[in-house]
Amino acid sequence: MPSPSPTLDATTSTGFLLVLSIVVPVAGVLLAFVLGDRYARLVAFAVIPLGLAVTVAILVVLPQSDGPIVYLLGAWPPPLGIALRADGLSAVMLAATAAVICTVAVFAAADFSVATGNTRAPFAFWILLLATWAALSTIFLAGDLFSLYVALELLTFAAVPLVSLEGRTETLRAAMRYLLFALFGSVLYLLGTALLYALHGTLDVVLLSRGVSAEPAGLIAAALMTTGLLAKTALFPLHLWLPPAHAGAPSAASAILSGLVVKGSFFVIVRLWFNVMPGLPSSTAMQLLAALGAAAIVLGSIVALCQERLKLLIAYSTVAQIGYLFLMFPLALGAGKLESGGALAGGLLQTISHATAKAAMFMSAGSIYATLGQDRIAGLCGIGRRLPISVLAFALGGLALMGLPPGAGYLAKELLLQAAAERGQWWWALALQTGGFFTGAYVVLVLTYAMAPATEPMRVNKTVPRIAELAALALALCSLLLGLVPWSAYLPIPNGDELERLRLGAFLKMLIPLLGGAVLAVLLGRLELPIRGSPSWKAMLAAISPIRRASLASGALVERCDNVLRQWPTACICLLSLAAAFAAAMRIAF
Amino acid sequence: MTAVRVFGVCAALAVGLGLFGLITNPQPLRKIIAFNILGSGVFLLFGIVGRHGAASGIGNDPVPQALVITGVVVAFAATALAIALLLQLFQRAGSATLRNGAPRSAGSDPPGG
Repeated sequence: MPSPSPTLDATTSTGFLLVLSIVVPVAGVLLAFVLGDRYARLVAFAVIPLGLAVTVAILVVLPQSDGPIVYLLGAWPPPLGIALRADGLSAVMLAATAAVICTVAVFAAADFSVATGNTRAPFAFWILLLATWAALSTIFLAGDLFSLYVALELLTFAAVPLVSLEGRTETLRAAMRYLLFALFGSVLYLLGTALLYALHGTLDVVLLSRGVSAEPAGLIAAALMTTGLLAKTALFPLHLWLPPAHAGAPSAASAILSGLVVKGSFFVIVRLWFNVMPGLPSSTAMQLLAALGAAAIVLGSIVALCQERLKLLIAYSTVAQIGYLFLMFPLALGAGKLESGGALAGGLLQTISHATAKAAMFMSAGSIYATLGQDRIAGLCGIGRRLPISVLAFALGGLALMGLPPGAGYLAKELLLQAAAERGQWWWALALQTGGFFTGAYVVLVLTYAMAPATEPMRVNKTVPRIAELAALALALCSLLLGLVPWSAYLPIPNGDELERLRLGAFLKMLIPLLGGAVLAVLLGRLELPIRGSPSWKAMLAAISPIRRASLASGALVERCDNVLRQWPTACICLLSLAAAFAAAMRIAF
Repeated sequence: MTAVRVFGVCAALAVGLGLFGLITNPQPLRKIIAFNILGSGVFLLFGIVGRHGAASGIGNDPVPQALVITGVVVAFAATALAIALLLQLFQRAGSATLRNGAPRSAGSDPPGG
């Protein structure tokens, strides 16, 4: 982990790499725009390897340089100038972004080619893919809060049209809701930025970190910025836009939206708390943040189990997994300030694990959707024989999310559990384990249907190219093998060697969430599991049927709550009251 | 009342009006306009921030003005994108409501609202 150096007012020798990682995708966007729809895909495939090379170069250079890589635009030092900075966190996120963008591009190559007749959607897709990449790179590298605002807006403007790429009425409606709610969030963020500028006369991350103190205006600014970003990250109860947008978009776009776009605003929250104002948060505010995360895990998972469509199930799983990311905040809080330690590393690893695994799951769901022409979970029987690679990719992605070693999810879970034990906050350890059980439940639910024999001969709507299925599998495998990467060069992992050893016990520990997940799937899944035959199974089902009815009723109740929370006025009022609650919670400690 | 305070009160009023409109108006077009009012309030606040610097002897700070101009451009782009989406939605659905469920007939739902 490169130590944060105190003097950051000079461009380092490799600083040009940071500029390249933003300029390369932007150049691709402009070139594709000029050359027109015929060449958009070609330009994208020329630009993506270049961008990948720049990312690899940053990853190689960073551990060797002393402290973060810095580039000052026009050699103007902050506070007047704008700095780009890459530390370990940025490098890890850049790498995850590059990996997901590359595999999604391979997956989408056949779907979005000009040969399909409709030229408008492919043209828009490749341009928006590169634009998303450019915006994300800017978010990960920006060194001041206003550049972060602009980059966040660019990300939203690239993500919203991805939702409505197919131009159907319901996706247009979902895109509109997404845009309006994201704009609401970013205005709150901008309001907070204005207050911080009024207080400190600078928006540079490093300069602010030296000056931020617990004045009332500063606390209000922090509360406004955090809630604005939570709205864009879709943390429960601000998730009204996520399920329809992510489930309605074309699968390649869903993979980008669910895997990467929500991580952009999450990363800004991490920057804000860990780099700008590590001394500001009180334990109450951080507990509140993690409590929302825990609520997201439970409610998101239960509603996911109630879904009848595969893509909606995966979208609700994203709602739940976003909650997971927020559990790190109270665990990182020690002695009055947020520490960049094991909890932060765990949270970041969970982020990249979810980015890769969820993108893989959406891509395999896309292959299944294209083959069947629909994605009802009850209609999945027999797909395991027809598309074994896609189903395997889905299963591996699900296992990586549950924390199968040696995945990044496993490493993340171990780090967070360790931090929870150190801080004596067992309730967050409980939330972590519950999350694993619920993830197990919906993965088991989908896989049981996919592996069941077909009841009637399958009508194949369209043949999916093998390369698209392999892309999803590659990304799922990548998520499952990420734990073997030497992360301690980039992330603050305490005694990293001890954790990275593979142990048989860790594999055995996986069986518990899988079994618990199976039980939850039987109890809470609205669909009957398609297991026929054995009379003992039937007898058991009959025995538990009262419990199942009760849990289904509670599931329906949760779903109704979710419907109320996803109304526009309710969500907006939740947003404002959360801002007030954060400001109050931070005030309590001082 | 100093000029700074007048501007501050105006900014707060614009933010409040915008928030109210954004939350209570069901029509997307009105929501977009409310978002613009809300944004204007925030930009006004940025403007006063520059004056605030002048009061404490730094001279009139030009940085907030540069930020406001960038912010205005971003808000303009956002509005343009929202209007384009709204037009598409109206053309496809015959109405421009964000409510889920069956779209109502065009007659019962005036254009843009």
